[in-house]
Amino acid sequence: MSDSALILLAFLLPLVGAFGIVLCGRWPNLRETVTLVTAALTGLTVIELYGRFQQGGLNVVQLAEPLPGLAISFEIEPLGMLFALVASLLWFVTSVYAIGYMRGHGEANQTRFYTMFAIAISAALGVAFAGNLFTLFLFYEVLTISTYPLVAHAGTEKARQGARTYLAILLGTSIGLQLLAILITYAAAGTLDFRAGGILAGKLDPAWAGLLLALFVFGIGKAAVMPFHRWLPAAMVAPTPVSALLHAVAVVKAGVFTVLKVTIYIFGTDFITESHANDWIIWFAGATILLASLIAMTRDNLKSRLAYSTVSQLSYIVLGALLANQMGLLGGSLHIAMHAFGKITLFFAAGAILVAAHKTEISEMGGLGRAMPITFGAFLIGSLSIIGLPPFGGMWSKWYLALGTIDAAQWMLLGVLLLSSLLNIAYLLPIPIRAFFGKAPDGTSYTKIKEAPVTCLLAMVVTSLACLVLFFYPGPFYELASMVAGVE
Amino acid sequence: MIESHISLLLVVIPLLAAPVTALLPGVRLPWLTALLVSWVCFALAIWQFALVMDGSVISYELGGWAPPWGIEYRIDIVNAFVALIVAGMAAITLPYALRSVEQEIPKHQIPLFYSMFLLCMDGLLGITLTGDIFNLFVFLEISSLSSYTLISMGRQRRALTAAYQYLIMGTIGATFLLIGIGLIYAETGTLNMADLSNRLPAVFSHHTVHTAFAFIVVGVALKLAMFPLHLWLPNAYTYAPSAITVFLAATATKVAVYVMLRVVFTVFSTGFTSDTPTDDMFLLLGVLGVLVASFYAIYQGDAKRLLAYSSVAQIGYILLGIGFASALGVTAAVVHIFNHALMKGALFMAVGALVYRIGSSHITQFSGVGRQMPWTFGALVLGGLSLIGVPGTAGFISKWYLVLAAIEQQAWLIAAVILVGSLLAVVYVWKMVEVLYFRPASDTGETYREAPLSLLVPTWLLVIANIYFGLNADLTVGAATTAVQVLGGIPQ
Amino acid sequence: MQFILDHYNYWIVIFLMMVGFYTVISRGNLIKKIAGLNMFQTSVFLLYISIGNVSGGTTPIIAEGFRAYSNPLPHVLILTAIVVGVATTALGLALVVRIREAYGSIEEEEIHKQDESF
Repeated sequence: MSDSALILLAFLLPLVGAFGIVLCGRWPNLRETVTLVTAALTGLTVIELYGRFQQGGLNVVQLAEPLPGLAISFEIEPLGMLFALVASLLWFVTSVYAIGYMRGHGEANQTRFYTMFAIAISAALGVAFAGNLFTLFLFYEVLTISTYPLVAHAGTEKARQGARTYLAILLGTSIGLQLLAILITYAAAGTLDFRAGGILAGKLDPAWAGLLLALFVFGIGKAAVMPFHRWLPAAMVAPTPVSALLHAVAVVKAGVFTVLKVTIYIFGTDFITESHANDWIIWFAGATILLASLIAMTRDNLKSRLAYSTVSQLSYIVLGALLANQMGLLGGSLHIAMHAFGKITLFFAAGAILVAAHKTEISEMGGLGRAMPITFGAFLIGSLSIIGLPPFGGMWSKWYLALGTIDAAQWMLLGVLLLSSLLNIAYLLPIPIRAFFGKAPDGTSYTKIKEAPVTCLLAMVVTSLACLVLFFYPGPFYELASMVAGVE
Repeated sequence: MIESHISLLLVVIPLLAAPVTALLPGVRLPWLTALLVSWVCFALAIWQFALVMDGSVISYELGGWAPPWGIEYRIDIVNAFVALIVAGMAAITLPYALRSVEQEIPKHQIPLFYSMFLLCMDGLLGITLTGDIFNLFVFLEISSLSSYTLISMGRQRRALTAAYQYLIMGTIGATFLLIGIGLIYAETGTLNMADLSNRLPAVFSHHTVHTAFAFIVVGVALKLAMFPLHLWLPNAYTYAPSAITVFLAATATKVAVYVMLRVVFTVFSTGFTSDTPTDDMFLLLGVLGVLVASFYAIYQGDAKRLLAYSSVAQIGYILLGIGFASALGVTAAVVHIFNHALMKGALFMAVGALVYRIGSSHITQFSGVGRQMPWTFGALVLGGLSLIGVPGTAGFISKWYLVLAAIEQQAWLIAAVILVGSLLAVVYVWKMVEVLYFRPASDTGETYREAPLSLLVPTWLLVIANIYFGLNADLTVGAATTAVQVLGGIPQ
Repeated sequence: MQFILDHYNYWIVIFLMMVGFYTVISRGNLIKKIAGLNMFQTSVFLLYISIGNVSGGTTPIIAEGFRAYSNPLPHVLILTAIVVGVATTALGLALVVRIREAYGSIEEEEIHKQDESF
């Protein structure tokens, strides 16, 4: 199969899968088989793409040209490859998990769930392979809209309220700020193609660069830089597989991915440093890292705490992008993958606790670890990886980010990173500790509670092992990230 | 033979068919006649459009009297484009009308209904095709009188008062236009628009010309429901029969916008308007229209009225495009005329399908119906996304050009207003979506079947068109760019 | 003063126009509104006819010994406009009849009240 057909296949497969899921809606087993097969095929396609990518450049594919000079086109470059690998591999794992979760939790409207899930993944891959900012924006919006029904899934007043916030902030920032930024870029540069070194240098008055960059950073609401982060905690009303894959991996990473793309290929790192565009906006990222960690400490609801943790971790990546030096970009890109594996493990565990023990509040989980050792074991590993301790993959990204701040001589930001790691310990580690060593609130023991369904456990074990493996063998992700950053 | 008479045939065929339709017995036969006529007209309009697509101009002398004395039909890409929209929307609304009208209108009135429909289409086509400004007034009144009648046929009694209100305001608007026409005739001695554009510059300094311009602009503004002259529109669209709402929303105001474009750019030219506060007025009222009408839309409890207010807001966008008086701005306006016809057509059709099953257009009645009527609901969602201007839909293309035009003139505030308008559209579109899909069905336990195919197919055709023209804007943008050159008087 | 007298036709037109317009806006009776609308339109007809006049001209019929004719075109135009006006009036009155059947009143305020209470 030709390279270009393969690129199209990667994001068309989930769409075809979505169609198949609708058709098989009446037979749950068949429907889930369709999901799994689609996810597996998509994963294999992306891996095959990676193989070909390593051997040499891939063609640009053009699908349509709605406006003269503005095409819907796809191309493969290292950052997109990295994001696509993470999203498609974890989709398969999440699908396995979702089958156990959705059935164990007795959710309604499962056909809609799997359908929209597949469409969302297709959109995420579209974002990953987008050949220009216009295409990226197109799929970015498709991603927002296709995940809306997933957030509103339960249909309760709370779910509708959460979904409303979700849609309002994501569409609001993307139309109100990001689209404006894209239009200004287009008006200034006359193109929206991603090019190494950026397209704005020499075209845009450097005095405006800071403002435009701010429009982008805030306009990409999916990156959840404060004060536009409220949608992420609101989205936690969704079923846990959604929170796990979409709101820890696909959707949020699409956001920071876009930020990275914009800084590298639209502005160009040189232009950012020369124009000092990042001077003040970088402090929003720094502040978000700390504030979100502090808020996370106050949350008793497990998913809510994890959501704020995600907000904080996303800003690591934004920070890496805005540092606009090699180490920063390397760390930021790497963190897309590392954080994904860690955080998805945590969400898998949270969902397993909900299914098996029907508990959502951390304060009620004392002693639960002895009844569910695998779940909390996985949670512990995920936590350690997020905190950035060896021997877990999360350490590498934080390492390079810290190096990035040193290269930029941003000592305050270095302090922020170190302080944040301490905060991570403070809000993550007490959970497994309490679960293993604490006592149940009313003194009862959890004799009746068993581990979650086996597919859930399987998924958790795989991702937590991945965290471990990625420390010793960061392999493809490191290669891709260093290509992004231009590190030899 | 036909080719040289297309423009005349477009007007004559519906005009002759209208009284015949009124006399036909039954329900199906009048409908079939009207359908046939509209499809023939659509085919002719496509043919005509193909002839002038390269920017050429066809002049047709009515009865062989040479202009400027005789009436001239002057076809360039601008009117061919608008005529295409009118004929196309009629051709797609009529299949939809059959079931919807059977339910909403007493049987004995149905032949009259289709007769009026044809007259209305005839008037709108006539406005676009004629090159004579008095002739334009006559066609305007033909379309208006027939649309008053059509609106009054709505099944609630408030349709009557809505039609009456529209009649009063519409007639005042038309009379204003008549005064303006009289005054410029007194100044120049001609009624031919091409001739006028040659003769008017000599008398630009006269006060009479300024007065005439003001009368014409206000008169046309009433017809196109420019904020704050839009008061007739929400009631008219809310209480008219569903099929009529679709047709009028997609075409009537668009044709009035076309008249405005002609008057401002061809007849008077920017050389004249730049000395007057016209552009600033368009920009100001456009901005106000976008904001105020969108806010009103948010607070409506009736889906048709909500969409009607949204139409007023969308007209605000088109006015902004005209107000920029730049190539990009007018391109955006012309593109949006087309795209808005597509999106509003689709949305009003979807709501009409809901009304067909539920019997009410009140949003509170929609609870949970989206799950029972998934195709109708899907059309509403996609149409709504186009209205918001999500990339990949037709609405995005218009917004794109409009904001580019704003940025080109460094009008940051207006660029922001356009985007805020999109956000308000998110709010009012999602208000419907949420109730339709995520509210539990009403406790009456009533379930609704999916709308009949004859309603769904036209709706989805428009929805698909929304997406097609969002991914391939060659036709719309191409036509609009050529139109900007043909209209004349616009700084490139 | 002479200026005012010379343009007396315009003053009549403006006066009629304002009376008609005011009636449309201020009256609550639907029939009176239509009457006002009629006056408003008629004033425009007068405007057209009076501007067709050429000083010293006669009826535009070609005859021996007459050189100057009034411009016949505005008259022709206004014939069309009168037809349009008649149609509008007829339609308006028909609507009023239907409104009266549906509401039992032709006073704007009462109709409003009925709609709101509904």
